[in-house]
Amino acid sequence: MSYPTNTWFAERLGDAGIRCDYLKGHRPAHMPCLEIMRLEWAHAAAEARRLDMRLVALWAAEAGPNDPGNAPLYAYMAFAHPEHRHVLLRTPVQTELPSICAHYIAACRMERHMQDMFGIRITDLPDDRPWIRHEHWPRDAYPLRSAFDAQRPLPHEDHGDYAFVRADSPGVYEIPVGPVHAGIIEPGHFRFLAVGEQILNMEARLGYVHKGIERAMQGRSAEDGLRLAARVSGDSTVAHAWAFAQAAEYAAGIEVPRRASFIRALLCERERIANHIGDIGAICNDAAFTFMLQQMHRLREQMARLNRRIFGHRLLMDSIRLGGVAQDIDTAAAAELAEQTERIAREVEDLRAIYADHPSIQERVVGSGTVSAADALDLGLLGYVGRASGHYPDERIEEAYPPYDEFKVAIPKGKLGDVATRVWVRFEEIAESSRLILAMLRALPEGAIHTDWQAPPAGISGFAAIEGWRGEVAAWIRLGEEGRVDRYFVRDPSVINWLGLELAVRTVPVPDFPLNNKSFNCSYSGNDL
Amino acid sequence: MSTFLLSVLQAVLLVLFAPIAAGFVATCKARLQNRRGAGVLQPWRNLRKLFAKEVVLAEHASWIFRSAPYIVFTATVMAASCVPAVLVDTPLSLTADVIALVALLALGRFFLALAGMDIGTAFGGMGASREMTFSALAEPAMLMSVFVLSLGAQSTNLTTMIHYTLATSFALQPSLAFALAAMLMIAIAENGRIPIDNPTTHLELTMIHEAMILEYSGRHLALMEWAAMVKLTLFATLIVDLFMPWGMATEISAGAIALGLSLWIGKLILLLLALALVETGLAKMRLFQVPEYLSGAFVLAFLGLLAHYMLEIGA
Repeated sequence: MSYPTNTWFAERLGDAGIRCDYLKGHRPAHMPCLEIMRLEWAHAAAEARRLDMRLVALWAAEAGPNDPGNAPLYAYMAFAHPEHRHVLLRTPVQTELPSICAHYIAACRMERHMQDMFGIRITDLPDDRPWIRHEHWPRDAYPLRSAFDAQRPLPHEDHGDYAFVRADSPGVYEIPVGPVHAGIIEPGHFRFLAVGEQILNMEARLGYVHKGIERAMQGRSAEDGLRLAARVSGDSTVAHAWAFAQAAEYAAGIEVPRRASFIRALLCERERIANHIGDIGAICNDAAFTFMLQQMHRLREQMARLNRRIFGHRLLMDSIRLGGVAQDIDTAAAAELAEQTERIAREVEDLRAIYADHPSIQERVVGSGTVSAADALDLGLLGYVGRASGHYPDERIEEAYPPYDEFKVAIPKGKLGDVATRVWVRFEEIAESSRLILAMLRALPEGAIHTDWQAPPAGISGFAAIEGWRGEVAAWIRLGEEGRVDRYFVRDPSVINWLGLELAVRTVPVPDFPLNNKSFNCSYSGNDL
Repeated sequence: MSTFLLSVLQAVLLVLFAPIAAGFVATCKARLQNRRGAGVLQPWRNLRKLFAKEVVLAEHASWIFRSAPYIVFTATVMAASCVPAVLVDTPLSLTADVIALVALLALGRFFLALAGMDIGTAFGGMGASREMTFSALAEPAMLMSVFVLSLGAQSTNLTTMIHYTLATSFALQPSLAFALAAMLMIAIAENGRIPIDNPTTHLELTMIHEAMILEYSGRHLALMEWAAMVKLTLFATLIVDLFMPWGMATEISAGAIALGLSLWIGKLILLLLALALVETGLAKMRLFQVPEYLSGAFVLAFLGLLAHYMLEIGA
């Protein structure tokens, strides 16, 4: 699976008069990293936008072992094109970097994140409020700088309140919700501006589950790092572990045995089915249609139990290891997996008929919380959220990493962008993932389930994009001395999809928010890192 | 004297039976969802647990917040005591009529809404605003539905109305069908059940009744929840009284009371089972459709009134 160097974007940049160099210590070649000048940073982003590329991520890193220049920091951005795959751009940074928000709205929070964590000043940033840095953090603490001492607790400081968007009219009232909720969900704060029961604006304030994963990753061995990466967001542990492992394997030039990649995909599709099943039940429960929740719970529990029996963990944690997978499946296990997949797909279809036949639940989901196709494209919405709104990026097709190079994935193409379409996409994905699992089990190749992990020389970086159940998980890793992780960045799809939720609920009444929130079901943990 | 004692006993029975009725609905719903459920006694266990817990009060809570649970509970229990469950002639029901019953429930609701706003949380105010909007529509509809029966009995007194219904031979009266439909719809709305409100939700933004009692704890919460359960049984009993009082004890004898008691429980079980079926089969409706639902109930009750004049007076 060695691909030729991807020169498409470098050529387009050349056409626009932007000079770029291929970074030598970056792999894989089909997702190259191009170094450009800082002055041309925003211009390059404008060019990418003009070429209809999607912003994947924006992040920064301190100079690595192979970066001889005098710049202390480097800023990275990644773009993807449906036909021309991923490309990374990087530029040296002293203290300032121009904003690319004018071209990509989703860049704003990532730039604020860079500002908070590295102290890089982003110029022309339309919204320069701190993002991950909450009000009690010391102003001069930049946790991702190497000078920062991560072992000592930070002193508690008080820097006032977060400047939420406000309204002056006395008829508008604010509803603060969270971060502590009445139900058992992750912590996040939502600030509503409402007139009567109609929402004018909703602003999410996240960061309450910031765990310092990026910093905690530094200095870990790659094996240890994988364990941590699998815990970025517990419900998509397979996707995050796979993204980390694949980025590291690309960097090390290791090829995963085919059987292992089949099993990885099997795990990932099972994760997708289990989460979609759970979410459909939860969405119906938010409209007080509890019957669906209980039935979906039952199916999800059956999957969790079989996961534990065959792979050793109900949520499939640590089932992926560097160079392969941890657990092989024998014939009996394969038969059991096939039997369960078929049965659950059938039962989900039965439940889907019940869901579709109940006007009272249909009445709630149809037309609620729409995101238009134009907005979905502007934000670059991912996964089922994008697929419900006419934006269909899917790495299983675009990147076609093994084993998806051997399988044709059909993705549901929704257009209306309401809760009903997001539920429809999930039902369709359950059916498609079941089909894929059965096809993979039939075609499961013989052979080893892992190869030995061999760390690359210091300073080599790798990038991978894996289609998790929420959408594209993008991971970038740079390995340092003795194969230790020097810098790890991961972009959970939630980082982008949270913006879609804020847009969707502008047209709904206050009590419809939970229903919409659940239909997006963004990860708090994956966003806050 | 013994009627007075029996009347008190009847009210006590209703209040003690209310948590079991709530548990019965929950168990039926669980079975309908293929779950085992926690059993009919679970609400009692919850109440016992809450009474044993300490009360946590918000800093800004005034006397309204502290006294509201007692007022709400007392008003609801008083309302329950003027609804005959087993025995038709009770001293209390002769003094209190349906309008007083609605007023007692309104008193409880008034303090519930005040308590929701008292501590100044966004959810309390939101719940109070929703509750008041909907009750302004539900109360006239409920009175209108009762008036359909009052027209025949020429009284708003429950005992008189029951006697009238028992005395007249059974006939299918379209006016009663309209009134019953309206009453069932209002009972669902007044008790905050699906499709109007979801008593088991944890989503603050969707709550109506729960939003107002969100800040209560310990015995305060226990009283509030108990009052809600009493209200459910009260409405079920009221529907039994108005539309199917057959078999209620009109005299004080062991046989009549035993028959009345078992029939009351039997009818209650039927009504609660129907509620569980409705709650399983329906999702919650959009908030903005609740006024339409309640006006629908009002229109049905009004049609009942018209039907009474057109079809039954002249006949």
